[in-house]
Amino acid sequence: MVKLKRIAVYVFLTAAALVSVFPIVWMVVSATNQSVEVTKGRLIPGAYAAENFSNLIQTIDLVPALINSMKVSISTTVLSLLIASLAGYGFEIYKSRAKNIVFNILLLSMMIPFASLMVPLYRMFGSISQTIPAIGIDTLTSAVLPTVTTAFLIFFFRQSTKMFPKELVEAGRIDGLSEIGVFFRIYVPTMKTTYAAAAIITFMASWNNYLWPLVVLQSPEKMTIPLLISNLGSSYSPDYGIIMMAIVIATFPTALVFFLMQKYFVAGMMGSVK
Amino acid sequence: MNSKTKGTMAGSSLFPGKLSINSRTKSTFIGWSFVITAVIMICTFYFYPMIQALILSFQSGTGTNLTFVGFNNYTRLLSDSTFITAVKNTFIYLIVQVPIMIILALFLSVLLNDRTLKWKGIYRTAIFLPAVTSLVAYSVIFKYLFSNDGLVNTMLLKFSIVPEAVNWLTDPFWAKITIIIAITWRWTGYNMIFYLSALQNVDQAIYEAAKIDGASAVQQFFKITIPMLKPIILFTSITSTIGTLQLFDEIMNITKGGPGNATTSISQYIYNLSFKYTPDFGYAATVSYFIVILIVVFSIIQFKAAGDRNG
Repeated sequence: MVKLKRIAVYVFLTAAALVSVFPIVWMVVSATNQSVEVTKGRLIPGAYAAENFSNLIQTIDLVPALINSMKVSISTTVLSLLIASLAGYGFEIYKSRAKNIVFNILLLSMMIPFASLMVPLYRMFGSISQTIPAIGIDTLTSAVLPTVTTAFLIFFFRQSTKMFPKELVEAGRIDGLSEIGVFFRIYVPTMKTTYAAAAIITFMASWNNYLWPLVVLQSPEKMTIPLLISNLGSSYSPDYGIIMMAIVIATFPTALVFFLMQKYFVAGMMGSVK
Repeated sequence: MNSKTKGTMAGSSLFPGKLSINSRTKSTFIGWSFVITAVIMICTFYFYPMIQALILSFQSGTGTNLTFVGFNNYTRLLSDSTFITAVKNTFIYLIVQVPIMIILALFLSVLLNDRTLKWKGIYRTAIFLPAVTSLVAYSVIFKYLFSNDGLVNTMLLKFSIVPEAVNWLTDPFWAKITIIIAITWRWTGYNMIFYLSALQNVDQAIYEAAKIDGASAVQQFFKITIPMLKPIILFTSITSTIGTLQLFDEIMNITKGGPGNATTSISQYIYNLSFKYTPDFGYAATVSYFIVILIVVFSIIQFKAAGDRNG
């Protein structure tokens, strides 16, 4: 009986693991096969990876989209981390009643769904377009700005700052560092793990962001990766081999970031609920 | 922003570490200068647009031609069949998908928390793997897998599980099922990681004691595991609920809301009202306020429910 239960556990876990992995394996395998083979249901790797890749590069603007996505994700990550960590540090180290009230008000913004922001934001950037076209509609800047500051990340940094030894701040002051000096010279180097976790969360969210870029980026040369994949996915006569190759390449940066920094990612997820 | 921080640096380094008469005001000033950028950004890109949306929700017209219409948009909601369908669909996703996913994630995490289990790391990584994929990418993959002549139907027919191909994307009922399967695939492992980390903090001695007292595995699950994990279950159910109420990427890329409006979500309807049909920003803003209210109500209900069981 005990043994039977044991087997059932392994069968169940193996089934769950297979179901979880299968679509991803199918994606990678299909990227190495011809479109016809994919539709026939071929599940073993083929020899068409190179051909799919060169067709992809020739027929689809994948490289410009990758560059756009890189620009958007990297600038979002750098700005997010800077703004949110300054704020998280400020709210915790210079605690005051008034600041706590402001902090709680900021947290309310987590309840606001993006769907309700998109119309007013679109109109806001529309009117900016008329005076400063460089940051208006259809610019990468407009794709970055509204997503840069999230209450979640401020909250995340504030929670982590609670574990930062306050004596270090005092020690820094005694050593003659200015307040901002303490932040950059002591806090930032000490909190590397927190920054790493925040960077992964922000980079992945930005790389995969779909709705706002869809609204604000209109010309084809401004397209980011999710917009390109979505367009490919809705084509009427899809070449599965090429599309799967595109998805594999598009998923690669986030998968790489994730596997290199896996332990920080889990630490980050948990940090947010502590 | 840069000039602001530089100013602070210069100001405070004049008297490093020294107390002066106005040090209190100065320290207040320094504290605020750390948080001011974030406060301005959140106000500009969250609170100000919400006020704009509220004003918009009392206006109507196409594009920039807007006139005040009072509560017309709000009464229009009640007789708008597409809106009602979108709300219904969203609730179906919410009521069916969120509980299935949370129970499945809890179950998996309890199985994986067993110390004597082999290949634990492999199972954990495999089940978490879907959470690494982008929403658009996995949606496109699911669309292909579940298309009429897709791999799922091919397999089901090959092993004679179904007599004829299932219309996974083109039948109103099955299209909803496909969306639910897709979301469950993407998020179960993600939630499982939260439970696993929480379970690792539960003292094993509690389980040992329960075993000695003769508690079965099922009893241990309901009497120990669930109560111990309650805060994290609450956290994951709130985030999942908020996520489901905002569902967009999957709908857009798997079914485009179809067939008809059988899978449309509220977010997709707002998008269509603003950017697909003749833009009616005023009415779109009204619909969007509906989601805000739903999120607030659901969060309160879930907090209350958790609090009551606690007391």
